[in-house]
Amino acid sequence: MEVRSIGPAGTRQVGALRSWQPPMPLLAAPLLLFMLAFYAVPVLSMLMRSVNDPAWTLSHYASLTGDTVFLKVLSNTLYTSLTVTLGALVLGYPVALSLVRAPRCAPVILILILLPFWTSVLVRSYAWMVLMGRHGIINEALLAVDMIDQPLRILNTPLATRIAMIHILLPYMVLPIANALRQIDPSLARASSGLGATPGATFRQITLPLSMPGVAAGVLLVFVLALGFYITPAMLGGPREITLSMLIAQQVDQLNWAYAATLSAVLVGTTLAIIAAMYRLPGVGNALRMSAR
Amino acid sequence: MTAARLLLATVVGSILLFLALPIVVVMVVSFSSATYLTFPPPAFGMRWYTAYFTNDDWLRPTWLSLWVAACVVVVATLLGTLAAVGIGRLPGALRVLASALIVSPLIVPVIVAAIGIYYAFARYGLVGTPVGLILAHTCLAVPFVFISVSASLAGIDPRLEQAALSLGATPSGTFFQITLPLIRPGVLAGALFAFVTSFDELVVALFISGSGAVTLPRRMWDDVLYQIEPTIAAVSTLTIVLTVVLMGCAHLLRKRAPA
Repeated sequence: MEVRSIGPAGTRQVGALRSWQPPMPLLAAPLLLFMLAFYAVPVLSMLMRSVNDPAWTLSHYASLTGDTVFLKVLSNTLYTSLTVTLGALVLGYPVALSLVRAPRCAPVILILILLPFWTSVLVRSYAWMVLMGRHGIINEALLAVDMIDQPLRILNTPLATRIAMIHILLPYMVLPIANALRQIDPSLARASSGLGATPGATFRQITLPLSMPGVAAGVLLVFVLALGFYITPAMLGGPREITLSMLIAQQVDQLNWAYAATLSAVLVGTTLAIIAAMYRLPGVGNALRMSAR
Repeated sequence: MTAARLLLATVVGSILLFLALPIVVVMVVSFSSATYLTFPPPAFGMRWYTAYFTNDDWLRPTWLSLWVAACVVVVATLLGTLAAVGIGRLPGALRVLASALIVSPLIVPVIVAAIGIYYAFARYGLVGTPVGLILAHTCLAVPFVFISVSASLAGIDPRLEQAALSLGATPSGTFFQITLPLIRPGVLAGALFAFVTSFDELVVALFISGSGAVTLPRRMWDDVLYQIEPTIAAVSTLTIVLTVVLMGCAHLLRKRAPA
């Protein structure tokens, strides 16, 4: 429909504007300048405080190796991300499988994944507070069936943070795996069972290996996002469950900019290193691009 | 075979219940009549919605969030769409660098972005102002516009643009009459993503909203930490409905878009 309208409009403009070429590359300039001024320069100048406060030095990084608070927080952050990633993988793979294999249920499954996905992290963390509180549904249900006689303390524990983070990050695991499963040629599974393989063997030897790029993409996304989580651990984890993001925020509150910048550089560096390492694995880059659509 | 299928169905069913449960519980609690969080509610009523709609301490942050998000939509959609169109014509190395800059807010942990923006905006005098929030949220929202529009552009048959040019249309005429109508769903989807990104944003707002520009998520955060009453459940339910409707529209637009 649009195509039809160009003829007359185009010919009308031929004489006057034909020779004028819009400077197309310049169209990107406003955004690039905007992002330099309000994003890149702010973040980089903050990160510079880790090497130029008070003078050029690497001592802030050197002292991290003997910093027991930092080491404990870093290992806690990595451990939390790891358990959340594994939890999301265990829960996400069957969901992705049924999303692809059960076309009749697929719309319902997709809606149940996307509805929480489209809800903010703050609201979902709050929802878990409601569920896990002293008078929350979990405690009330357990009390009602006499499994416990005192409300359990679930809120403000590492478990609370991890359950909520798995809930929040699960879609990032399901969608890339489902994409990878969808790419598998169905005739491979037919050939496998035609040659006498059991459904279990077909799954282990055909489906599972071919879905690995999607699994790797999902693991990468969930792990990297979990590393930087701030709202959920701050709301649900106890005061002893401190993550790198929480420590950074704390240091900024105390105007300890050099330390906050050093910790930020470590967090960004770890994130980029993991992305770079995973990106080299075969198929992962492609799987990530697929799920970005 | 059937036993395995039944097992998978049960497992997946319980996982989906796990996904839906928190949202459902918050919605049910928001209609509770009790003054504290308890489930199931002793009785149902609208008292927490009344509490929200009659309290200026809630309504002022709501209007600020809506206003900031609306401004972010305008700036991010304009800049992001222009950049997506222009970036393809940049020379190779520069293009990679420029794309990396534009999508970096998706990769850099938001806490790092937040304190960097706080660090600089404090010097620019932008902390505690709506303008500061608009500028910062635009940076976080613009990658979604850029990616959405780029995907739409990649789906266009280049022969349509060539045909327009060879029939005598100017490059700008071709853009407005061929390219823009074809990428419109991608632009609209990007605009909706931008709105929701700004409206839901909390971490940057925690640092730069100060006391002068308190957004709705910031107001909810303050309340979550100091008092637990079901007003937040009512506010949450309202924001869930708003964001799910907007994101649902964005999802449908992108499915219709040439991809």
